Amino acid sequence: MRALEKRIEKIVEKIKPAFSKGGRFAFLHSTFDAFESFLLVPGTVTRKGSHIRDCNDLKRVMIVVVIALAPCLLFGMYNTGLQHFLAMGPRSELPGFFSLFWYGFLKVIPLVIVSYAVGLGIEFTIAQIRGHEVNEGYLVTGMLIPLIVPVTIPLWMLALAVAFAVLIGKEIFGGTGMNIWNPALLARAFLFFSYPAYMTGDKVWIDGFTGATPLAAWSEGTVLTDTHSWTDMFLGFIPGSVGETSVVCILLGAVILIYTGVASWKIMISCIAGAALTGLLGDLPVHYHLVMGGFAFGCVFMATDPVTSPQTETGKWIYGALTGALTVTIRLFNPGYPEGMMLAILLMNTFAPLIDHTVVAINVKRRMKRIAAHG
Amino acid sequence: MDACYKLRKGLDIPLRGEALTMTYPSISSPLYELKPTDFRQLIPKLLVREGDPVMAGSPVFCDKDHPEILFTSPISGTVKQIVRGEKRKLIGIRIVPDGRNDRVRFPVTSPEELDEDKIRELLLQSGCWPLITRRPYGTLALPGETPKAIHISCFDTAPLAPQYDYAFAGEYDSLQMGLRVLDRLCPGKVHLVLSSKTSIHSVFRRLNATFHTFAGPHPAGNPGIQIHHLYPLGKGHVVWTLTPMGLSVIGRLFTDGTFDTSRMVAVTGPALIKTGYIKCPAGIQISALKDFTRKKDVNIRVVSGNPLTGDTIGEEGFLGFHHQQVTFLQERSSRELLGWARPLRLKKFSAARTYISYLVPLLGKTGRFNLDTNLNGGVRAFVMAGDYQKVLPMDLFVSLLIKAILASDIDKMEKLGIYEVIPEDLALCEFICPSKIEIQDILQKGIDLMIKEMQ
Repeated sequence: MRALEKRIEKIVEKIKPAFSKGGRFAFLHSTFDAFESFLLVPGTVTRKGSHIRDCNDLKRVMIVVVIALAPCLLFGMYNTGLQHFLAMGPRSELPGFFSLFWYGFLKVIPLVIVSYAVGLGIEFTIAQIRGHEVNEGYLVTGMLIPLIVPVTIPLWMLALAVAFAVLIGKEIFGGTGMNIWNPALLARAFLFFSYPAYMTGDKVWIDGFTGATPLAAWSEGTVLTDTHSWTDMFLGFIPGSVGETSVVCILLGAVILIYTGVASWKIMISCIAGAALTGLLGDLPVHYHLVMGGFAFGCVFMATDPVTSPQTETGKWIYGALTGALTVTIRLFNPGYPEGMMLAILLMNTFAPLIDHTVVAINVKRRMKRIAAHG
Repeated sequence: MDACYKLRKGLDIPLRGEALTMTYPSISSPLYELKPTDFRQLIPKLLVREGDPVMAGSPVFCDKDHPEILFTSPISGTVKQIVRGEKRKLIGIRIVPDGRNDRVRFPVTSPEELDEDKIRELLLQSGCWPLITRRPYGTLALPGETPKAIHISCFDTAPLAPQYDYAFAGEYDSLQMGLRVLDRLCPGKVHLVLSSKTSIHSVFRRLNATFHTFAGPHPAGNPGIQIHHLYPLGKGHVVWTLTPMGLSVIGRLFTDGTFDTSRMVAVTGPALIKTGYIKCPAGIQISALKDFTRKKDVNIRVVSGNPLTGDTIGEEGFLGFHHQQVTFLQERSSRELLGWARPLRLKKFSAARTYISYLVPLLGKTGRFNLDTNLNGGVRAFVMAGDYQKVLPMDLFVSLLIKAILASDIDKMEKLGIYEVIPEDLALCEFICPSKIEIQDILQKGIDLMIKEMQ
């Protein structure tokens, strides 16, 4: 291992000059930099300030989220196959587990590849133009997008949505860390409003072969408690976007995110509480809301995005609760859009700075009072 | 005694190389240096020329804006060299000791018999005044002002910091005298802060003063954090802070009539095989610390001060005026292949739970790390802005303050609490930052801007 490390370091050092300023490939500087730091921990030492640093970096944070998403991705592949064959024939003639998985795998992998290829392509190009380093944020966004679209989406459409999300959703605001809305959700919103034929109405949650998703069925008046078992919806054996159906897998991801401290448990808890309380207003049992549609996925992976959610701890409670409440409100009172989660999060993303502003204003007032008292 | 302030937030970095509690015999350094750069915001005016003889306590340079603030030589000898940096900025005055140890004699009197102005004058003349730091901003105390409190933290929680109970064990007389002097400057408002871990036999507990107790991980020992909880700073408020070392130097001025900067210095760090304490004055050259064996075959970075906030000085460098610690760190080792993707990485410390090494410190003394100077990642945009809050036991929002500074928004900086922090208070935020942002540097720039705008 040590020898390999030394060898790779040597090769990297050897080709580095060509990619540095004045080198033959200087125009690929950012790209080289991204791959170099991907391969080897940068040799940079601290310049001033703290001489020692924690070994946690953004790459590690992002990779943890990708790992947390893995159960959803794998289950999504299996479920894609399952739903396909369920639509094709009776349950008794289902092929084996691996056939189902393989079928889904072949369907889902192109989505992942297109998402990463287009997204990273744009990120690398822009980093190069601006002379920046490539930020790792897209590692997560690129995985989220294929998980929140219907598996049958045409690849060109996905590519367009990704381009929109990265350019308009992120780069226009100054890149990673500066964006107002969650880029992955923006990609979905783009599809939702630009290609309604594919994305709205009763076709929204159709994966092309089967019937409507439970959420769509319910919004059209089906008494859900008769047609779908809660357990099926909890386990995820229902039609829906690739990664959002299995609450079990999402919970697994949630455990990883909360344990590692990467995502805020406060947002998750308050989001669930907000949804449950609002759910009491409708006729559908509350626990159905929590496993239906994109709620669980959005609550764990999207609402908790550290860039687009509030930075203050109090703000996180408020933001989460409002997101949950808004989702269910949209579901209950707006027949046009059965899926409220996406719009609720995007709306709350917009308000996150305002929430922070208010929390800070209250904090400042309290502190000023305290300071005045100690005059 | 006040109730104990229990702070939950913070982090004790499990760094290897703590100083053993044994004192090595004093050494003689072939060269000493006084560094005007040890004092924030100071514009120095030189008072000596190369070749001039000086005694311990005779002035070497002064503050250009307040010429009454004198900075005096720690030893007797001859000025050998005036070191200047870019734009002829004065960065050091080197003095070769003559070994005679001649000291300027100041009158020995009881502080109760002198009036306040006379005490201030004596502190200014002797070179003791620069031992007093003022908040906000962590700059030199102004001779004409009266603070709302004088604050002394009697413990240091920084990584590998000296144990004050040990370092000041024999200093009762000078500490108590120092307190009597300060009490004349700010009657009844001199506060001493102890740690909940301060030994019951500690010299500090025997002092006659107003005490407070703090408990918790670093930065609980930082004056900034303690002041925030005891008497928060707003616009126009001033608190003076001293270290116990400063207190004892002031005490000695009144007990012995001399300016004696000798202090116990903890020689520490993971790049040392032998660690320990040594008694020496300010400004000694590091290369004189021969008793402390270095590790072989590693590049070493010498830091005057602690590894979170100290200054890189090099083997030929000199101990800072305020510092009681020298840290020997290993410069980065070779580069790790796919470091960020390794599941365990047990030899690298992280406070974040994305690695399991945060569990290793639970092993106690064996669970210590050899942290080197690698940045451990590339500089990125702000993403995990909420993380800073986990290591700062203060009621203010770090990421928003930093963003206000980056935007040069004075009004916001004031509201978000820039008066209450100096870079050392946010050092841990910088340590844990996964985006590797230089938070201390940004804060210092914000403070510089505040000072400029408020003039």
